[in-house]
Amino acid sequence: MSTTTAGNGKAAALPTYTKKDFESGVDPRWCPGCGDFSIINQVQKLLPSVGVARENIVFISGIGCSSRFPYYMNNFGMHTLHGRAPSFASGLKLSRPELQVWVITGDGDALAIGGNHFIHTMRRNMDLKVIMFNNRIYGLTKGQVSPTSVLGQKTKTTPYGSADYPFNPPALAIGAGATFVARSVDLEGAHMGAVLKQAADHRGSTYVEVYQNCPVFNDGAYTFMTEKAVKADAQLRMEDGKPLLFGKDNKKGIRFNAQSAELEVVTVGENGVTEKDILVHNPRREDPTIAFMLANLSTRAGFPTPIGVFRNVEQPTCDDLNWQQINATKQKKGDVPLRKFLLGNDTWEVK
Amino acid sequence: MSSQTTTGKTRPVEQVDSVTIRFVGDSGDGMQLTGTEFTKASALAGNDLATFPDFPAEIRAPAGSLAGVSGYQVHFGGKTVHTPGDMPDVLVAMNPAALKTNLHDLRAGGMLIVNTGAFIDSNLEKAGYKSNPLDDDALKKNYKVVQVDMNKLTEIALSGMGLSSKEVARSKNYFALGMLYWLYNRPIEPQIESIRAKFAKKPQFAEPNIKVFQAGHAFGETSELFLSQYRVPAAKLKPGTYRNITGNGATALGIAAVAKLSGRQCFLGSYPITPATEILQDASYYKEMNVVTYQAEDEIAGIGSAIGASFGGAIAWTTTSGPGLALKSEMSGLAVIMELPLVIVNVQRGGPSTGMPTKTEQADLLFTLFGRHGEAPLPVIAARSPGDCFYAAIEAARVAVKWMTPVVLLTDGYLGFGSEPFRVPEDGELAPIQVKYQTKPNYEGDKYMPYLRDEKLIRPWAVPGTAGLEHRVGGLEKDSLSGMVSYDGMNHEKMVKTRAQKVANVIEDVPDAVVDGAQSGDMLLVSWGGTYGSVKGAAERLVEQGKKVGHVHLRWINPLPKNLGAVLKNFKKVMVPEVNDGQLAFYLRAKFPGVDPLQFNRINGKALKISELTAKVLELLG
Repeated sequence: MSTTTAGNGKAAALPTYTKKDFESGVDPRWCPGCGDFSIINQVQKLLPSVGVARENIVFISGIGCSSRFPYYMNNFGMHTLHGRAPSFASGLKLSRPELQVWVITGDGDALAIGGNHFIHTMRRNMDLKVIMFNNRIYGLTKGQVSPTSVLGQKTKTTPYGSADYPFNPPALAIGAGATFVARSVDLEGAHMGAVLKQAADHRGSTYVEVYQNCPVFNDGAYTFMTEKAVKADAQLRMEDGKPLLFGKDNKKGIRFNAQSAELEVVTVGENGVTEKDILVHNPRREDPTIAFMLANLSTRAGFPTPIGVFRNVEQPTCDDLNWQQINATKQKKGDVPLRKFLLGNDTWEVK
Repeated sequence: MSSQTTTGKTRPVEQVDSVTIRFVGDSGDGMQLTGTEFTKASALAGNDLATFPDFPAEIRAPAGSLAGVSGYQVHFGGKTVHTPGDMPDVLVAMNPAALKTNLHDLRAGGMLIVNTGAFIDSNLEKAGYKSNPLDDDALKKNYKVVQVDMNKLTEIALSGMGLSSKEVARSKNYFALGMLYWLYNRPIEPQIESIRAKFAKKPQFAEPNIKVFQAGHAFGETSELFLSQYRVPAAKLKPGTYRNITGNGATALGIAAVAKLSGRQCFLGSYPITPATEILQDASYYKEMNVVTYQAEDEIAGIGSAIGASFGGAIAWTTTSGPGLALKSEMSGLAVIMELPLVIVNVQRGGPSTGMPTKTEQADLLFTLFGRHGEAPLPVIAARSPGDCFYAAIEAARVAVKWMTPVVLLTDGYLGFGSEPFRVPEDGELAPIQVKYQTKPNYEGDKYMPYLRDEKLIRPWAVPGTAGLEHRVGGLEKDSLSGMVSYDGMNHEKMVKTRAQKVANVIEDVPDAVVDGAQSGDMLLVSWGGTYGSVKGAAERLVEQGKKVGHVHLRWINPLPKNLGAVLKNFKKVMVPEVNDGQLAFYLRAKFPGVDPLQFNRINGKALKISELTAKVLELLG
């Protein structure tokens, strides 16, 4: 086994895995009805198809309800410190680039105490896959305001309503330079599975936000876009190469207004609007501006909440660039004997 | 001590045991270069030596200002040199600010070489002199003052060479160097070669600098300002190939050596902080030696990345100084509970808080031993000299890997920036480092229990990529076998005791304390870390004076050597000299009830002075 050299790590022939191979056998201790169950279910369903040996997949988490995740996966895993999971993952990935490394985190973990690690992980384009469970509340400490709690939200530490503005996580990730940014919802299993598959396939800093309901401390946080009655009008399903249409009969759409340089909601068939006027989704644009505008729709009144992949671009990864330097230096200098190395180039003899 | 002989020349040659020279000037005057070049010449002459640079925290303070003074001290001799020297015998001052900030350190009767060309009104004013101090008769009475207009002499040497006045001014440090080469009888050819090599890419500057250097040398010989030349005999050093090395440079080489000796990757996750930064910088070049470096976004991510790499099977390191160690505190506790190997290097500086970043201190000892929440013991080793940082780094890694534990290596700014000759180890002198990964199930046939220990209480190290050994580690208390989360109080107590016992077991790798000088008697001096040289030097002087004084130096602070208790009791008095307010003394009182060490503490940002310590001991011995 080669453990400290670069390589793609893919074994010649992988065993045929099933979902069960990725279950550690420890029963998850999440509250009944927690959105976390749905997420782990999708991840365990996904892994048999990612083409990486089970022993080469690592899950690393911080602190919080979501961060118990690695204990339930039958992979190598680390349950670390609050907010710090990306730092462990970065070191491991740089040291062992052949591993597939996932970071499991929550809104408080990633964006409050771990905010600094989060933005730097995104900008470096280290090949890490970050899934952030966003329940807009501190669950493990039983109900305090989080950096994604909405303005005015009443929590145990904001009894009169939160007075500070939340992060828009995908916008933050795009702004920080992530090369893959997506959002899905705990209740939308199939959608989440498809998004996670793309995340698994992407190489580079990968960020997936999952809207996750906390039935105990913030129940119903996402009913505004998950309830059957409102879902069609409240969700914008972004699909690569397709026009950004939504609504019950798929007649509403997002148009880029070239005059105001803004996105606007229009209805196909009204005021002379045709489908050709609707913005066609393209997450592969090098310029992140449109992705950023789409990410920001979720906080604007009158707009649907986009789900799917905002951004998916290829750039050389931090780990690849590092190992190119390492391998080039090794090749150039060859195997240097220790004594020769220690001598340096300025010595004298004592007899 | 000196003896005079005369050569065929007009000037007598004095033989001296050792000399301390301090070069001081403006940050832009090239004093670090002058100092290192003269150091090299002394090394080639076979002297033992130690050096210490002294530079301001500000990168470029205003030219000519007191804050902008940069210095370099070298102590060289014909016997073992323990420190860069208490007080300079020779002070080379390139401007008034340098004179003002350093004159008080010059030994009474010492030689003062000044560049009079810089003693102009504007510079005198910047240095806060109301009148020219060189006109002061007291100065000439207290010191051997040698006044040389290096500005002008350099200008004359370079006239007609078509250099700008700025370029001319930048060469004057070579004039000073040339004079000192003459003064100390150094052959000039190696220096000329060195200048050629230095300017290999800009040969147009090689000749002018050589010319200035030669002019300085010739000036020393002909000007008759110097009453004699000096000769410092060669020291008896262990035969071998030597290089000059700083403590930080040695630590970085140690990291690369560990990679080579173990055949494993060394991973250094770090964040820049004075005075530790050079370790990360140097190590960043060592890619061919299988060293992977990562400059993280902060101190916490620095150690976090190292722990992540350690989980992956690398020999992991993080380097920092006091404020960074504070930030890494929670992470080091995690490494303790996960039981993953890691070396945390703390190059101590003056604290608390930002304190004195470029000045040395030993005040992180108790924080290193106890500065984690919960019961979180870890082994602590301290390097004793710049070159020893290399060996201490290797030893720290050896223990970390063998015992599956984080280890703290303490050095300090004095060691990190200081330098000394380093004998490069021959092939085979350094033992290989055994790294054993678990590759097979270890329990009931097909199961893997990550916390199933061997007889020494060491747990196995199974790394990602090992099929069948998939497991989880974390910061929650874990079941003593499976490593799964456990909130059972009795299990927790067992784990706390087990982790502590494991670290206590490291004592099998801690050599017994060795006493130098008297083996029993009136006073035992106990040193640790960077004060080794000063305390050793003081102990030698005291023994030479017939005092019954012993010296024991502690390399491992946790665990302490087995025989230390017995050693302490062999002396009537125990004294602990430290560059802090008495931390090892406090620790020894707790560890050895009944032993109440005397203290000798200086917290002035500098190494202990041998003379001060010697005087204090003499006073106490009565």
